[in-house]
Amino acid sequence: MKARVTVTLKNGVLDPQGKAIEGALKSLGVDGIAGVRQGKVFDIELETADKVQAETSLKAACEKLLANTVIENYRVELI
Amino acid sequence: MRSAVIVFPGSNREGDVVRALKQAGSDVQKVWHAEHELPKGTDLVVLPGGFSYGDYLRCGAIAGRAAVMDAVRAHAARGGLVLGICNGFQILCESGLLPGILMRNANLKFICHRQFLKVERNDTAFTKAYVQDQAIDVCVAHGEGNYTADVETLKRLEGEGLVAFRYCDAHGHVTADANRNGSMNSIAGIYSDNLNVLGMMPHPENLIEDLVGGTDGRGLFESLVSSFPRAA
Repeated sequence: MKARVTVTLKNGVLDPQGKAIEGALKSLGVDGIAGVRQGKVFDIELETADKVQAETSLKAACEKLLANTVIENYRVELI
Repeated sequence: MRSAVIVFPGSNREGDVVRALKQAGSDVQKVWHAEHELPKGTDLVVLPGGFSYGDYLRCGAIAGRAAVMDAVRAHAARGGLVLGICNGFQILCESGLLPGILMRNANLKFICHRQFLKVERNDTAFTKAYVQDQAIDVCVAHGEGNYTADVETLKRLEGEGLVAFRYCDAHGHVTADANRNGSMNSIAGIYSDNLNVLGMMPHPENLIEDLVGGTDGRGLFESLVSSFPRAA
């Protein structure tokens, strides 16, 4: 089983990297961009085929390491 | 005093901090991150600067979960002293020993320069050799030193006197210009609730010799050593 974990900054947390990317897009002449927030994507291969077990493992992975929940949210998708 | 300096893959300021501790009169041992215990009789644990695990994932995130950190947490819970400098501060935040996080510098630049710090209080084990509100001349070298915490944490840090140092000018004035990484409230270092854990971005260990331009960093190590009776 495979999963994708997406970690994003919480609303209100300043994201200077996102701002810099937004500025770069503007200077490249890419129109219509109102804002950019940078995050991270983790593609994870699971040993189990059991959905519940996979979700438990992934939640532990996010809480213990992948996200710093002081500033970040995470989303888990099984694929 | 017995100090244990923890070395992670990618630490690079451990030699500097060992030197500063020895100069102040401490016994020092380096401890590899995979150890599960600290050397017997450890009074002070130091997490040095550097780029543990190449700053992968988030600065200090992987080191903050290393085997030795359980022993460091237990040491802190017993009231033992812990000092984290630069990457060490990031590790303390990631390991839950200190609140908040160090984000990318607001101007996105790695900053590396001399920096004055205002000593917010001189009644702790780390700062008793300094004068209250003294502006000490040390240096900074980091890309992620932008201290960030939620409103309540910030209020608690301020209300309970847990801010250790603030970025200031040569006269001790905390100005926006002196806060080059964008830290909230110009915070350069913070204490834990019972003042036995200190995390700070600047490097006092690099200003301990006239030869390299200053000795204001010595006070921190001398404060620590003076907290312990001399070994017989």
